[in-house]
Amino acid sequence: MKKLFVLSTLAAMVAAGTAFADTSGKKIAFSNNYAGNSWRQAMLDSYGIVTKKAVDDKIVGAADVFTTADKEVPTQAAQVQNLILQGYDAIVINAASPDALNGAIKQACDAGIVVVSFDGTVTEPCAYRVVVDFKDMGKQEVEQMAKFQPKGGNLLEIRGLAGTSIDDAIHAGILEGVAAHPEFKIVGSVTGDWDQTTAQKAVATILPSLPDIVGIVDQGGDGYGAAQAFAAAGKPRPTIIMGNRQDELKWWKEQKDKDGYQTWSASIAPGVSTLAFWVAQQVLDGRKDIPHDLLVPYLAFTQDDFEAALPKIKEGGVATHEYTQEDAIAAIKANIK
Amino acid sequence: MSATPIDTGFKGSAARNAAARARLLRGLLPALSLALVLLAIAWLNPRAISYFGFSLMLNLAIPIALATIAQMFVISGNELDLSIGTFVGFVGCVTATWLKDAPLVGVAILAGSIGIYALLGALIHLRNLPSIVVTLGMSFVWQGLAILVLPKPGGKAPDWLLAIMSFKPLFIPFPIIAALLIAAVVHFGLMRTSYGVILRGSGGNPAALRRAGWSLLKTKIVLFALAGLFGVLSGMALIGITTSADANIGNGYTLLAIAGVILGGGEFVGGRVSPIGAVIGALTLALAASPLLTFMHIPPDWQVAANGAILIIVLAARVLISRRER
Repeated sequence: MKKLFVLSTLAAMVAAGTAFADTSGKKIAFSNNYAGNSWRQAMLDSYGIVTKKAVDDKIVGAADVFTTADKEVPTQAAQVQNLILQGYDAIVINAASPDALNGAIKQACDAGIVVVSFDGTVTEPCAYRVVVDFKDMGKQEVEQMAKFQPKGGNLLEIRGLAGTSIDDAIHAGILEGVAAHPEFKIVGSVTGDWDQTTAQKAVATILPSLPDIVGIVDQGGDGYGAAQAFAAAGKPRPTIIMGNRQDELKWWKEQKDKDGYQTWSASIAPGVSTLAFWVAQQVLDGRKDIPHDLLVPYLAFTQDDFEAALPKIKEGGVATHEYTQEDAIAAIKANIK
Repeated sequence: MSATPIDTGFKGSAARNAAARARLLRGLLPALSLALVLLAIAWLNPRAISYFGFSLMLNLAIPIALATIAQMFVISGNELDLSIGTFVGFVGCVTATWLKDAPLVGVAILAGSIGIYALLGALIHLRNLPSIVVTLGMSFVWQGLAILVLPKPGGKAPDWLLAIMSFKPLFIPFPIIAALLIAAVVHFGLMRTSYGVILRGSGGNPAALRRAGWSLLKTKIVLFALAGLFGVLSGMALIGITTSADANIGNGYTLLAIAGVILGGGEFVGGRVSPIGAVIGALTLALAASPLLTFMHIPPDWQVAANGAILIIVLAARVLISRRER
């Protein structure tokens, strides 16, 4: 009987431990280096919605957002140092530079602060990195392409901003996908810088020299520009993989309504900021088993669900997804194995 | 006046007293604004007023102070350097790559870059070019070179530099000692030596200097070389703190350095500058821009604008007070 009592108390304690996380007094700061484009605005919006609720529900004590005036490294390094002085327990950061903030990040870790970086991640080993699996995204583009173009054919690749790790990873994934699908052949490659205007110009320039193209694999933010270039040249419309931008999905819907056009869309959700927030909360909760490099899924839309998402995206914006605490726990679990 | 010698002596000393008082007030002004910002920080976040707090808040002010001193040399010759920020970035990239892997080459490049600064001074003087145009052009050259040296962010600071910048002396935080040292050395050199007077005179009254037989070409070269030297020190200090470099790391320093000189009691023309004031001005700007703002809890949408507003308020206060003083 006594044993049973002890056991049940223990069980109650365990249950209490999971039901009431002891992070209610913890303060989490968000250090952001730039707010000047639609992706970053969506990122801040999502973060604001999720953290406000988390504070109201008393899951965390405070979640404040700090944006630097310029995109510069020293400003953000100073900001991180000030957040250390402010006594925050964790810092979620979208960093201006992968390396040059390491000094400040190390100081934060030494002061016992949990640092979780995302999007603009940092290389300092003591910090956590929430990284979207861009390589898989690139590979998946070719897999999807194989569904729409079962006979295979020539592909055009649109690259992102040169010299970034994101461009590198997506490109590697696309190459891997093409290796697995020998029916496809990349016959041309241009740089679109994740920008519709740049992509349109680049595609229009290379188009006259290309053989017939069945599909375009790209990195998001460039699909609509490519479609415009093909239309302007009077060439047949290929299968263009989209990148969750509002203009891209709108064009997709127009084409679908016209003749049942099929494609696929994927990109990193700006709401990944909220996932980083929950990871920070989980670390503060005392979880010791969280890997420092967390690979999380990208946000994808298919022929069936993109129309439902379209009205929710702001004009000129990008599709997002707000993550929940459960999503974060699931993502951590997926990375532990 | 020379007709009544006794009267002149009396009036002269009174005028001299008034002038001395004005100069004293003027000298105290930067210190006063620094004290105000510190008080505000102490009120908003008492935890920051500690050894640890000062070390953290002020260590990034050291490179700003050095860049401000560099700008001050240029300004004392009635010129303006719009390239100091990207120059600091270029030095940072060299520091994180060459200076670590091949120290001799690194030192040679940095010495060479100071040489280029000296040549710029000569060019501006000989061809009578506006320094704003020349240095604006150079800012793109330095930026381009920085990207060539370090196309992707990375590199690592030399260990000895890291050791210097993370030095923890007893009782007084390192950034404060460094600031005192910089201010003392430059103050002695520019305000207390006879050649320092010549250097300032080249901005104050170049015609008189030339008539007295001094070479204005030489003073301009020396001023620009000194600017280059302190720019190099600034870039190295910055990399010692951040541990690794980025081609764009120093871009914001150009305007911060100019604001620091003005806040520290300097004038754009006339060779009127103050090294101690410039260092204090740089510290004030570094504190006002970032810690104060972070501690105030301004909503994110307003933070960028608030940063600019604080700078304007601090600079406007200096102009207001110094005008009343006259």
